[in-house]
Formats: sequence, structure tokens, C-alpha cells
Amino acid sequence: MSRTTGRSRRAVATASVCLAGLITVTACSAPGASTTDDGTADAVATGDMTCGTEDVTLSAYVETGFPLAQELFDEFTVQHPNVTFDVREDQFAVITQNAPRVLADNPPDLMRLPQVSELAADGLLYDLDAAAEAFGWDEWPASQLEQMRVDEDGRRGSGPLYAMGLNFSMTGVFYNKELAAEIGMTAAPETLAELDDALAKAKAAGITPIAQFNGGATGGLAFPLQGLMASYGEPAEINAWTYQQPGASIDTETNVQAAEHLQRWVEAGYFAEDVNSLDYSMMMSRFIGGESLFIFNGDWESGNLDTQMAGNVGFFLVPPVEQGGEVGAMSAPLTYGISANAENPECAAYFLNWVATDETARTVSVEVGGSHPMGPADAFLPEVADDTVTAQTLAAGATIGEDDGSMEFIANATGAIYAKSWTPNLQKLVAGEIDAAGLLAAVQADYESEIGG
Amino acid sequence: MMQTRTTGTTGRREVSEQSSTSAEARRRALRARRLRRGWVALGLVVPAAVAYAAFVLRPLVLTVQYSFYDWNGVTESTWVGVENYRRLVDNPEMLGSIGNALELIVYFSFVPVLLGLLTAATIRKFATSRLALVSRTVLFLPQVIPLVAAGIMWTWLLASDGLVNELLRGIGLDALTRAWLGDTSTALPAVGVIGAWVALGLCMLLLLAGMAKIDPSLYEAARIDGAGAVREFFAITLPSVRQEIGVCVTVTVISALAAFDIVYISTQGGPANSTLVPGLEIYYLGFFSREVGQASALAVVFMALVLAVVLPIQRLTRESDR
Repeated sequence: MSRTTGRSRRAVATASVCLAGLITVTACSAPGASTTDDGTADAVATGDMTCGTEDVTLSAYVETGFPLAQELFDEFTVQHPNVTFDVREDQFAVITQNAPRVLADNPPDLMRLPQVSELAADGLLYDLDAAAEAFGWDEWPASQLEQMRVDEDGRRGSGPLYAMGLNFSMTGVFYNKELAAEIGMTAAPETLAELDDALAKAKAAGITPIAQFNGGATGGLAFPLQGLMASYGEPAEINAWTYQQPGASIDTETNVQAAEHLQRWVEAGYFAEDVNSLDYSMMMSRFIGGESLFIFNGDWESGNLDTQMAGNVGFFLVPPVEQGGEVGAMSAPLTYGISANAENPECAAYFLNWVATDETARTVSVEVGGSHPMGPADAFLPEVADDTVTAQTLAAGATIGEDDGSMEFIANATGAIYAKSWTPNLQKLVAGEIDAAGLLAAVQADYESEIGG
Repeated sequence: MMQTRTTGTTGRREVSEQSSTSAEARRRALRARRLRRGWVALGLVVPAAVAYAAFVLRPLVLTVQYSFYDWNGVTESTWVGVENYRRLVDNPEMLGSIGNALELIVYFSFVPVLLGLLTAATIRKFATSRLALVSRTVLFLPQVIPLVAAGIMWTWLLASDGLVNELLRGIGLDALTRAWLGDTSTALPAVGVIGAWVALGLCMLLLLAGMAKIDPSLYEAARIDGAGAVREFFAITLPSVRQEIGVCVTVTVISALAAFDIVYISTQGGPANSTLVPGLEIYYLGFFSREVGQASALAVVFMALVLAVVLPIQRLTRESDR
């Protein structure tokens, strides 16, 4: 008996000594204190904005499943034989959650980025202002770069430039032409009422009107919702909100009207029955398989759809409430940034400029990426066959430019707003657990608690 | 122990001077051998102990430390005291995730243990036949499939045009068909079905092993006394495998509370947070919201909850052993 007690006492003593040791080893300093001091503060470009003539290996961290980056890397190596690429690929969700640590610990020269405001505010990104000046990016339409500028308070829209796009994409509605013909829809709807009419006819004909992803952690109903917001209200107001401008709110009168319109679509059964368990790839396979009339999606699928459904797919922007009204669309650069601690920031910046200005690169951007290249408004664009959906999305992009209707995706307002607020609340809307007004109020509350805290 | 031996040698020393040198030598040799054995033991334990300290204890201590800070994982942190814990109490979403985890215990633990008892008791009857071997293998199979693969497979089966709904349509139950994982009212039970399917094999095998140890004469005696199969089960089988049931319940309750992979693969916490569990919430807080302190606080509370649920189960089974 006494032996056991002695032994357990000894064990307790040893354990306490170990634990005390551990605590003294680990707990003497506050976490994260040392990581920012060693030069992650804004690094400013110096010297020559080229890749030089010596051998250079650019490390790149890109999104898997999208061949655009790799095609551009290959072409760049052809034109600049001294530059090779060391590429790491991951899914976008993985990149999103890894971004801060990768930029801090294992700094890549080029990295596909989620929204940049928090990363820039944390001093993890290379300041591209000097590059912008050297390459004349300042002379491009300002709206192209606006989303990637972050000021001292972490608000977007102004301040230094912290990222660059490989191209800029835009969302709208893709439709299956054969199914459209079945319900007598021969041209794209020009008003919301006409769109409502097409949806009702499809439903009556036994065709699934919209296959939209909204399952898991991806609230895809944000696509139609934001399209409707632009039809009812002003894109500038929505941008103010996503850029975290003081006093901005998503819970406005016109946005409530847009959300109510979406709620009517949900209640009328226009979305696939299992919309809350549909993921993005299931949506694409159903649309390509001819199982639904519409999907709300982006022009990054144009090239893919031209291959898979050649001649059978059309595109239009979410139409205005009244004929001839202004339109808006989610339009965001395919954002790439450079780590503040990158080895070859100037060469990486040179590559980004090359993507926007080289004719072959711009051709790759359109044909592989399906989206409009960055750069001056009058820059070279490759010939695209008229009957392709790529031609239609490029034309829609021009319309958005004329109407000044481009908006940043509402899901990018803060780092967690998409997964933790838009998604569950949009899923609640489908389940009938929340109404349009409740949806926007809930998202606004989460937004305020996040940027406040 | 040390003391007795010293007394012994001292006694011997008193008896004879001569033998004391040899005794001394023997003692020295013994001590040297013990020391050597001690060093060997230490050498064997140290690598494991270091790894344990580095990868289990250190993260544990760090998690507790982080829970008192407001930290985004990269820049400087701020000491906030118990603020992170206070915010847990205010947050209905986090409390909801704990509620979901408790509900999962029903599916991940009670269901497989009950079904495991049933199948094991049935298989025991024809234990030596080939059929028993086949059913054992089939039922144990889910255990060797990675949870992620099981999750993916079941999302196909439970999809609106998946096998489950096709079967329901086939037998005329069209009204019941639905997107099981996409409906806020059925998503959590649907995830539960996946967990139950995975856990059943382990429980069945453990219980079967327990039943194999039961003395057959007990059953004979019961039969002579006129007991039927049901009576046999409750009077003999069930009490004899109480210890195995304890192990099953402990393992499955922990897997229910710590569920992450199955939920992440099948629903990612959706729709509308109806399958959000603490493991997933900690992951979202840490990696998406970048609130490392808040995530750590939830992790600490959650660990306490797991201990609070599992320790009484351990105690109950230990008492039943006596």
C-alpha cells in the first residue's frame, strides 16, 4: 500500500516537474510576438524590374484545377529561358487557410491569394506601387486595380497596391440553348420579369430551372443574390461594404428587395430540390449534362463550356428591373500576390506585367482562362469565334465596363464572412428558417462583429 | 524494499568479516546491473517521452496559453484574460455545435453498441460456420476503410439521385425521398448513419470476442433451467460482456465528440450549421476567421467536456470489474 502511494507520489512529482518545465519553456512569451519584426513590414521594390539574365527560379503557389497559371508559366519560360518555375498546387480552400503562414514562413514569389486586406494589413505582402509606376499600371482603368489596394487600416479601394490579377473574371447566367428553345426562350431575357417568366416556364415544363451549388461551406446562392442586388441597387454601395468603408451596410432597402426576389425564386422551387447539398462540381456536371436551364457562374468556365457544350450554351448578365437599365456583375481580378519576403519580387512583378501586356500571354488568358486580360482598355485582344460563349462573356465584360457596374464579390468582404455567415444564412433561406430581411440583418451583424473585433 | 535489503546485509556483516567483502562485491555488481538496466530502460523510454512531450504535451500547454490571447496567428498577440471563454458562453453557434456533438453520441455510440450486441449474439450461435466468418468480415469491413473514403461514398449514396433514394422510390416510398445531407432536419442523422456504419464493425468484433470467453456450461445450465434465447441473453451474455461494452462506449463516444473527418467530407457543417460540431468550429475559427485564441479556448472547453463525458464511463466499467 505504502509502496503504491510512494510510487504515485513520485510519478506526480515527476509529472509536475515536467509540466512546470514545459510551461516555463513554452509560456514565457506571448504568441506571435517575434514573427512580424524581422522584415515582414512593407518591403519596397528597389532596383531593376526585370528578371535579369542570370538563371532565376520563381517559386509559385497556385490553385489546382485551373490550367491558366501553368500555361502562362510555360510560355514565359519559352520567351525568357533563364526563368524557370517551381510550382506548388493546392485547392483554393487550402490556399485560403494556409495563406498567412505560407507567406510568413515559406515565402513564394507568386501566390494565388484569397482576399488580400488582412494579409496586407499584417505586412505579409510585397508593395507593388513601385512596379505599378515602373510599368505604367497607373494608366490602366483604375477600377481594375482598386480591389487590390489596401490602406493602413486594412480597408480596400485605396492605398498601396498589394496584388495583381492574371485576368479579371465576371459572373452572370449561363443557359442551355436547347432547353431554352424548348420553352420558347430564343434570346437572353432583358428584364428581371422576362427572366422570371423563363424560370416559370421551365418549371412548368419539368425542366430544373437553376442548378446552383449551395452545399457544404460554399453558399453559391450568393451569385444570384449579388446579381439581383446590382439590378435593384448601386454597385458602388455594395463595393463600399466589401471594402469595409466606414458606416457601410449590406442591409439596405434595395438589397432587401433583391433578397426578397431570391426568396421568391426559392419558394417557387426554381432551384434544384437538393440545392443545399449541391457542390460546385455537381452543379457543373448537371448543367453540362443538360439537366438544368440556367446556372449562375463566372466566365472562368467559358473555355470549358465551349469545349464541353460547343454551340449549345449562351450567357447573359442578370438583367435590370426595367428594360435598358444599368447592369452590374461580380467582377474580380484572378488575384496573385508576392510575399513580402520573396526572393525574386522584381522578377515576379515583371511576370505579372508580361501577363497583362504580351500578346501571346493575353491570348492564353482569353483562350484558357476564358476571362478578360488585365491592362489598358485598348490593348490587344485575340480573335474569338462569334458563336462561342467566350465571345459572349467578353462582350458582357465590355457592357459592365460601360455601365461602371463591376463589383467585388460580397463573399470577400472579410476573411470568414463567406464560410461563417453568407453560407449558413443562405442555406437557412433555402430551408425556410430565415427570410430575406433576416438574412441581411444576420450577415450585417456578423460583419460588424468581425471588423469591429 | 531498499531498506529491508540494507538491513539484511548489515546483519550478515556482523556475522562474518570474511563474507562481507564478497557480499559487498555482490552488492556492487547488483547495483551496477540495476543501474545498467535503469539506463537501458531510460534509453528506451526517452525517445518516446521526448516525442510525447513535443507533440502532445507542448501543444496542449500552448493551446491553454493561446486561449488567453487575442491572436491572428501571425502578428503580435494581445493578452485578453478569460475574454475568449466569456465569448464562448455568449455565442449560440458554438453552443449549438456542442449540442450537435452530444446528439451525435446517439448515432455514433448507442446505435452501434446496440446493433453490435444484437449481431454478435446472433453470430455467436453459429460461430464456427462459414457464414459467421463471412458476416464478421463484411461487418468489420467499414472499420478498415478510411473515414474520408467512407464519407465520400455515403455522400453519393445519400444524394438526391443516390442509391438510398432510388431504393425508396423502388419500393414506392417516393414521399420519403430527399437530399438527406442537404436538409436541415435530416443532415445530422444522415451524418450519424455514416458514423454508425463505421463503428458497428469494431463494436461487433469486440463484443464477439467477449462472448467467446463465456463458459458454455453457463448456457447449458440456463437451458436446463428452461431459459429461452432472450432470457439467456439478458441473464448471461449481457452481464458477461459488460467490460467490452464499456470499451465500445468509451471509444465510440470519443469518436462522436471528436468527429471531424466524416462531417467535413459530407457536409462541412452545413446546411445552415445543422451539422456543425466543435472540431469543425475550432478549424473554422483557427483557419478562416484567424482567431487562434478563440479557437484554443473552444478546444480547451471541448477537451474538458470530452473528459467529463468519458471519465464517468471509465469509472463505471472499472467498478463493474470488481
